[in-house]
Amino acid sequence: MDNPACRAIVSRMKHDTDILIAGGGLNGPALALALASAGLSVTLVDAAPARERATEAFDGRAYALAVASQKLLAAIGIWDGLSEQAQPMMEVKASDGHAGEGAAPFFLHFDARELDQAPVGYMLEDRFLYRAFIDAMEASDRITLLHETQVTGQRIEPGGVVVSLSDGRELCAKLLVGADGRRSGVAERAGITREGWDYGQTALVAAIAHEKPHHGIAHQFFMPTGPLAILPLKGNRSSIVWSETNENARTIAALDDEDFLAVLRPRFGDFLGEIELAGPRFSYPLNLTLAKSYVAPRIALVGDAAHGVHPIAGQGLNLGLRDVAALGEILVEAQRRGEDIGALDVLERYQGWRRFDSTSLALGMDTVNKLFSNDNPLLRAGRDLGMGIVQAMPGLRRGFMRQAAGLSGPLPRLLQGRAL
Amino acid sequence: MATPANSIDPSEVAKFEAMAAEWWDPNGKFKPLHMLNPCRLDYITTQIATQFGRDLTAPRPFEGLRLLDIGCGGGLLAEPMARLGATVVGADAAERNIPVAQLHAEQSGLEIDYRHCAAEDLAAQGEQFDVVLAMEIIEHVADPQGFVNTIESLMKPGGLMICSTLNRNPKSYMVAIIGAERVMRWLPVGTHEWSKFITPDELYALAGNARLDPVDRRGMVFNPLSWRWSLSERDLSVNYVISAVKT
Repeated sequence: MDNPACRAIVSRMKHDTDILIAGGGLNGPALALALASAGLSVTLVDAAPARERATEAFDGRAYALAVASQKLLAAIGIWDGLSEQAQPMMEVKASDGHAGEGAAPFFLHFDARELDQAPVGYMLEDRFLYRAFIDAMEASDRITLLHETQVTGQRIEPGGVVVSLSDGRELCAKLLVGADGRRSGVAERAGITREGWDYGQTALVAAIAHEKPHHGIAHQFFMPTGPLAILPLKGNRSSIVWSETNENARTIAALDDEDFLAVLRPRFGDFLGEIELAGPRFSYPLNLTLAKSYVAPRIALVGDAAHGVHPIAGQGLNLGLRDVAALGEILVEAQRRGEDIGALDVLERYQGWRRFDSTSLALGMDTVNKLFSNDNPLLRAGRDLGMGIVQAMPGLRRGFMRQAAGLSGPLPRLLQGRAL
Repeated sequence: MATPANSIDPSEVAKFEAMAAEWWDPNGKFKPLHMLNPCRLDYITTQIATQFGRDLTAPRPFEGLRLLDIGCGGGLLAEPMARLGATVVGADAAERNIPVAQLHAEQSGLEIDYRHCAAEDLAAQGEQFDVVLAMEIIEHVADPQGFVNTIESLMKPGGLMICSTLNRNPKSYMVAIIGAERVMRWLPVGTHEWSKFITPDELYALAGNARLDPVDRRGMVFNPLSWRWSLSERDLSVNYVISAVKT
């Protein structure tokens, strides 16, 4: 009964890997490890060369990890090797600062003792986090890491997605995950459009060494030209995220280190004593970009590919890890039911779980930033009063705090520190 | 044995592809079944794992189990079972479903033995299974007791039958006939005949008469707020599912 003509038409789909992840930043590796731990095979395609970021010297980049993010890292098995290198944040003090005037009378004060657990979060340097991801991925026999490789094309077939790579190969997967950042090629090729806008602001990022200990306290000063966050690193060092108008930022970025410090000092204040630079300086233009959909048949977007938010309060990575936790849980649940993990109805469960949270947070952060990056005296009086009200109402403040800590809404297992 | 895909007439392939796409479109004609599927699968996978001591977190946990899906349609249950490692036979009395299901399995990289036949034909051929699924089918057969007897004869000793249907009471008339067929139009009018619905006690009795040992019954409840189906230990008033074991 063999019919060769037909066999050519209907060939059995063969999958090279369960899931192909485009993007080797931080969300991609986190998702790869979560899925591999639950038995799925993953191929991760990273444009960067192997270990380029995993050098030993501190490069100035650090992340503010929410407690939920730290639990995810524990659940995927990499926190044990990181806890020594992470600086716990015991308090977050937010105030409406005005350069040269000091803090306004009303300020937000988040104290770890108000949550059920301590601390509020952790500061972790990029070199340690990325190294831990790379080491764990290389140790997993379910993860294939392709460095210096890019996804150049994708084609949806009824039983899978065929992904073209820059090395000329084609790989067939059940699902293609775009963890490829705010200019996601995966999203673009899938016809997913984006909306967004520019803040007209640039974030200046640097590590600062200071004379006095920070006692694990993080500060956020809201200033007319943009917020300045001072986040405690290990030792007498802090990471600053200093947002300025694009024009100011260009001028400041062009200064030499001494002049840069001279401009920073009055904003930073002297509460930590003398300050100096402890690493290279970076600047990142700030814009908000939201994908109009997080999923398409056999496609899912995570992290900045889905929603690039203002890095105020360090929510970018934390939001991305919440995507990772939700998508990981949905996919593993579907896999254990025998469902097709690339089917649109499976992926829509992920979108339904994440979209409201990340969109509202993105818009919320945008509003907070617009409100505080303004020197209108009326607005300034209004927000000082608003801050005082938030401060005076512990319930509201705790809600804001739990949201910032990634602890509100139905929580995926990984964010509770539980395995998939 | 030639796989049925090889018996598909090439000129028919495009038509079958369109039909397969229709069966498998989660927002298409079979949306109600797609919405119910995760709930059904949760029940089926848990019951099989319990009966045969399998670990659902392991890869291909149903490896080595021979499973029959009666009334397989486009393969909405057969494919997940094959993906979990079971050796699957899908049977459907509607001839046109067979090449459609076969084609979709091939596209999905799965090996499933789809056959155009009735359960009675398989019994006459002496086929034996570890698991027999009869989901949303018994309310359509003329002789439910004869149907359950046939299932029993298809089961290996220690085998498991999972059978779902609709309860018969005023609420199920309102929900399944008036609601699903006439108001929501989820199903074509006339899909179900209310008088053929079976109460859980009646289904337990049918299984018992066939010398099967009923071991579990569970409701499947649609929540209009979350727009999702979930399993319920208490509410078997409309959709429900039972498990019975051949001792």
